[in-house]
Amino acid sequence: MTLDHFPQGPQDASYAPLVKGDRVATPMYEDPAIFDVEMEKIFGKTWVWVGHESEVPDKGNFKLSVVGTQPVIISHDRKGALHVLVNRCRHRAATVCEIKKGKTSSFQCPYHGWGYALDGSLRGVPYTEGYNTDFDKKDYGLKKLKVETYQGMIFASFNMDVEPLEDFLGNAKPWIDLFMKQGGGFPVKTLGEHQFKVPMNWKIQLENTTDAYHFPVVHKSFMQSLDGEATQQFSFLEDDDGWVEDLGNGHSVMVMMPELNDLDDNLDAPIPERFQALAETLRADYDEDQVRRIVRAVGGCGFNLNLFPNAACSLSFFRILRPVSVNETEIRHIALGMDGGPEAANQMRMRLHEHFQGPMGFGSPDDAEVWERVQRGSAGGGDLDVMVNRGKGLEETSENGLPKGDISAETGMRAAYAKWQEMMA
Amino acid sequence: MKDMTPETEITLDDAIKFLWSEADILDRNDFDAWLPLWHGGHYIIPIGDEVTDFANNLNIVYDDAQMRKARAARLSGGFSISAAPPARTVRTLSRFVFTEEAPGAVTIRSALHVIEDKFGRQRMFAANVEHKLIATENGIRITQKVVRLLNSDGMLTSISYLF
Ligand code: FES
Ligand SMILES: [Fe+2]
Repeated sequence: MTLDHFPQGPQDASYAPLVKGDRVATPMYEDPAIFDVEMEKIFGKTWVWVGHESEVPDKGNFKLSVVGTQPVIISHDRKGALHVLVNRCRHRAATVCEIKKGKTSSFQCPYHGWGYALDGSLRGVPYTEGYNTDFDKKDYGLKKLKVETYQGMIFASFNMDVEPLEDFLGNAKPWIDLFMKQGGGFPVKTLGEHQFKVPMNWKIQLENTTDAYHFPVVHKSFMQSLDGEATQQFSFLEDDDGWVEDLGNGHSVMVMMPELNDLDDNLDAPIPERFQALAETLRADYDEDQVRRIVRAVGGCGFNLNLFPNAACSLSFFRILRPVSVNETEIRHIALGMDGGPEAANQMRMRLHEHFQGPMGFGSPDDAEVWERVQRGSAGGGDLDVMVNRGKGLEETSENGLPKGDISAETGMRAAYAKWQEMMA
Repeated sequence: MKDMTPETEITLDDAIKFLWSEADILDRNDFDAWLPLWHGGHYIIPIGDEVTDFANNLNIVYDDAQMRKARAARLSGGFSISAAPPARTVRTLSRFVFTEEAPGAVTIRSALHVIEDKFGRQRMFAANVEHKLIATENGIRITQKVVRLLNSDGMLTSISYLF
């Protein structure tokens, strides 16, 4: 038997028909074989968000991350270049780094001592005389991914022929540009993160970022903890000025508070009550224009931007998902602040983040609960479909020529699943 | 309980009894009993073992009196799907050590183990806990509580009760 006739494994099955436009088949949450193919055909092929430049600001900085299920290291080399390297020694596969974040001049494998430079090249091999003369260190650098950045966000791909990052982001780029205005005139930097895992398929989280429909139901207890003005702001399902828009390539945006899309606009508007004490503090060091700009930025943007397959720019933070197995997903909520900005403003951003996000926020645990319930429920009725048809037939066409639905439409989910279908074909 | 003034010495025995009664209150989710145990200050679950400047770092919880009240209202109000019902918990507090002692004020460190159960699956948490306690005319009160969870800077799960 030649290799050409080698039996075809299940990875050659096409799962594309499981997406049926306005609904998706239940095995997409349940079948481990589908998960394996997703890791290969989606997370192994496209651009995956791995980090933010402020996490590795200086030469010698590194940070651990993940692409799909594969452990990687983001490293910032001596010449200033960023690398994303598979965290696996080329000798017999030990991880070369288990420190989450730090500064180093090299990575040394703890098993037999192979040493790698920050760009992944193999520099040192103890007792080299034990290798034949044809052994060439050049052949044994850490496996490298393709790396590109946009607005400080670092993306990596296992696919060396992947399209340029900016083409992949496409219509999402102007929204990313708007999102980064929440530096309030300062560069945006990460301020720490909340991390929690949920027994659910990763696509349940992917769906949720542009799901306004759940907000008044699941987040009622969060709403009850707000003052009147803020409650007003989060009542976007009752207002009818929001929308959800397919941005192509699986990306979408859900606009909840259009008045907060561009944080440089409306700087003359009255400062909301809950920000007045902060404004007063800032007036000691900044002129009134700057105070207004910073205060407006502290509250974050008015939209959630979903970037297929694993990232979101969500109101005021990065929401990152990491698929672990078919029914396990890790979520990171990365807080953002103003690099070099006023301490009082960054403190307020962290307090707002703590209020909703993370393992013990007033919002995330309720999300985690309903996501787990989706996974538990989809163990039943495997012949039934998961419906993402809300708003279908009621959509308009956006300036980009793509579907645009009302705030509670499942347009963003359909956008993500269309991309899933294309990549799983 | 013995009569107290702000100058009364808090013995290790007094402190342990107080912490055990707090632990019992928290396992029963009796937030109406928990809130009055406080005298100002912050309830903090930091991220990372080293952090001491809590205000300038992102925490898992950083609650002043107002946030504690809002949190208690959320957890007991019946509108939070994760807390209605919450996971059931059983906790043990032990290995008590005074790290600071002054008239009417102590800092006590202890080990906390919590096992939660929901949907028939059990999860386990361990933490080093530090209480700052003072003596008042109404008995011992908490002025600060810092819960340092193991793996606080790693991957946790969502949590709908208090440590
Ligand atoms: S496994 Fe890394 S040096 Fe042997
Ligand atoms: Fe939510």
